[in-house]
Amino acid sequence: MTNQPHQLEIRNLHASVGDQPILKGINLTVPRGELHAVMGPNGNGKSTLAKVIVGDPEYTVTEGEVLVDGVNILEMEPDERARLGVFLAFQYPVEIPGVTIANFLRLAMQARKAEGEEVSFTEFYGKLQSALKTLEWDESIVERYLNEGFSGGEKKRNEILQMLMLDPNYIIMDETDSGLDVDALKIVARGVNSMRGPNLGGLIITHYQRLLDYIVPDKVHIIVDGRVVQSGGPELAKKLDTEGYDWVKQLAVAGA
Amino acid sequence: MTINPEVSEINTSYEYGWSNPERYAVKAPKGLSREVVEMISKAKDEPQWMLDFRLKALDIFYSKPMPTWGADLSGLDLDEIYYYIKPEGMNARSWDDVPDDVKKTFERLGIPEAERAALAGVGAQYESEMVYHNLKEEWEKLGVVFLSIEDGLRQYPDLFREHFATIIPPEDNKFAAINSAVWSGGSFVYVPKGVKVDIPLQTYFRINAESSGQFERTLIIVDEGAQAHYIEGCTAPAYNSDSFHSGVIEIVVKEGARFRYSTIQNWSHNVYNLVTQRAAVYGNGVMEWVDGNLGSKVTMKYPACYLLEEGARGEVLSIAMAGRGQHQDAGAKIVHFAPYTSGTIVSKSISKDSGRSSYRGLVKIYEGARGSKTNVECDALLLDEEARTDTYPYIEIEEKDASVGHEATVSKINDEQILYLQSRGLSEDEAAGLIVRGFIEPIAKELPLEYAVELNRLIELEMEGSVG
Ligand SMILES: Nc1ncnc2c1ncn2[C@@H]1O[C@H](COP(=O)(O)OP(=O)(O)O)[C@@H](O)[C@H]1O
Ligand SMILES: [Mg+2]
Repeated sequence: MTNQPHQLEIRNLHASVGDQPILKGINLTVPRGELHAVMGPNGNGKSTLAKVIVGDPEYTVTEGEVLVDGVNILEMEPDERARLGVFLAFQYPVEIPGVTIANFLRLAMQARKAEGEEVSFTEFYGKLQSALKTLEWDESIVERYLNEGFSGGEKKRNEILQMLMLDPNYIIMDETDSGLDVDALKIVARGVNSMRGPNLGGLIITHYQRLLDYIVPDKVHIIVDGRVVQSGGPELAKKLDTEGYDWVKQLAVAGA
Repeated sequence: MTINPEVSEINTSYEYGWSNPERYAVKAPKGLSREVVEMISKAKDEPQWMLDFRLKALDIFYSKPMPTWGADLSGLDLDEIYYYIKPEGMNARSWDDVPDDVKKTFERLGIPEAERAALAGVGAQYESEMVYHNLKEEWEKLGVVFLSIEDGLRQYPDLFREHFATIIPPEDNKFAAINSAVWSGGSFVYVPKGVKVDIPLQTYFRINAESSGQFERTLIIVDEGAQAHYIEGCTAPAYNSDSFHSGVIEIVVKEGARFRYSTIQNWSHNVYNLVTQRAAVYGNGVMEWVDGNLGSKVTMKYPACYLLEEGARGEVLSIAMAGRGQHQDAGAKIVHFAPYTSGTIVSKSISKDSGRSSYRGLVKIYEGARGSKTNVECDALLLDEEARTDTYPYIEIEEKDASVGHEATVSKINDEQILYLQSRGLSEDEAAGLIVRGFIEPIAKELPLEYAVELNRLIELEMEGSVG
């Protein structure tokens, strides 16, 4: 295993809902240490890609592979993938009534431990304190029920809180910036940047340059109609910001 | 007797399903008769009025048809039940004096430890009789009474007779009548004016013998301004023939008093559990029923609050869990007799496999009960396609200046919730368990911590392997 590449690799990934194909051959490689932006117009498969990576049973993979550090994860349950260090910040986090954030975080941390190993109170509480501080959040938030009655912004911040607590190796952020005001956006970006380093890789799905001003991506990929139609550096995101998406839609037509 | 493979199968997850060999001082013949009733009364050395009461109740029982409006009771053969079984060695005040096998039973159920830890008093009933009752001295000194119902009748004849069967007379329903005829065991509690018992009293009920009935009768009087919390738990072996539990619980909450009665019902899945429990609540008094129904084959149980004087308040919080072969027909009754009385009903049910849970509730506001109000919320969670839930709300309002709110929801465990939790590392079963725990949290948090933990544990046990 030691000589396996430390990267998230998506090879010729095809996926559908029912008999409707949505992903039509995605190829992407993200080594640890890099964050790649994934952009593209609405309804072109970005969220689908994110959910296929974490194992949403709603989608059927018809072809291709997703390799985490060289291991194909497509046959794994979502929780096994999570334990390999894959983390998705959902575009629409669901509400779980009656389950406090604190309780949930402790269980999620516990789930990553080896059999017989317990999350200690100091480990949990220490981590929680520092994460809350990064996110400028009051401790009382963890006594609230998971996402229940949260505003859009609170839900997004809560995704980052979980990310900070669970120490993933690969993060996928699905439009975490949408619905956030500038202050909240900065806080979220600070959370992500605090984790950045040689051990963290990931995909940042977004429509806008806005978030990428704060989390500067190593690469940018554009997905149209279930395929990566163009990849480039951070300047590609800026181009989309000024010129819009019409020209990339043309690329998809040309490539098809 | 034929062994029903389905019953054995469903009982495999039931951890309290062991039984002791039967050794009894008295065991009445099978079935119900005048002789059996007389035998019970004689064994208890009762006053004549009680024997007369029992015999009259027996006639009332015979005169009433089996109810057909609720759960299916066609499998309950009343002629096949033993109505009275008196174990050897009764009503000890020290665990040391309880016969060994009975003591071991309660030890396995964790009762003596619980008493040492966090309870003001403990009672234990084995078959038809209380085998143990003890109240901590500090409460006894304040005049709190916590006795077996038989001792209550003997030691407090006037107080007993003043209240007994006034809240639930034998005429009330067929099962109240049968209980009135053959009642045995249960608690008698009196909390004097202004005394606040701040840790719970608990009674534990255990059926051991096959095909037997348990008909405990509990009478609780909470005097003006007093406060207390009473908890009952129950289990039975998982036999292949059915047992029958039909308790009657009467509670008087006097002016300004506050009382909570909590039940964690975990009968094995061969018990018909048909219970009548009702509280009479006086001016500004507060009655709270917290009712967890996890076990039994069939439960019909509708804890009631009769709000008799101004400012009285009643609350019923209930959780039911119905798995394969179970029907939980549970609910509540709030009846407003006086102005400015208020009620809350929160009912949550979880159904899985072919299990069925029903909410059946009555809210009645009599004319003249101005400014009265009850809110009803019932939420059902279905764990799979086979599970079933129904709601039967009965609302009768005779007063113009009064209101009843009713909200009902039915939900399924949502795939997106499971994915969300799994994507954080929880297994599918853990995820489903956590969602269910969250669902009952509003009620579990009303229980003392140990009981909330126990409730969660029991639900987890029922949940094992239920998803996926
Ligand atoms: N669960 C689903 N059921 C049906 N159609 C879906 C489902 N998920 C995604 N789709 C369809 O797949 C396409 C891509 O959706 P999505 O991946 O959410 O796009 P994006 O995130 O790029 O906006 C859309 O046409 C969408 O309607
Ligand atoms: Mg999307």
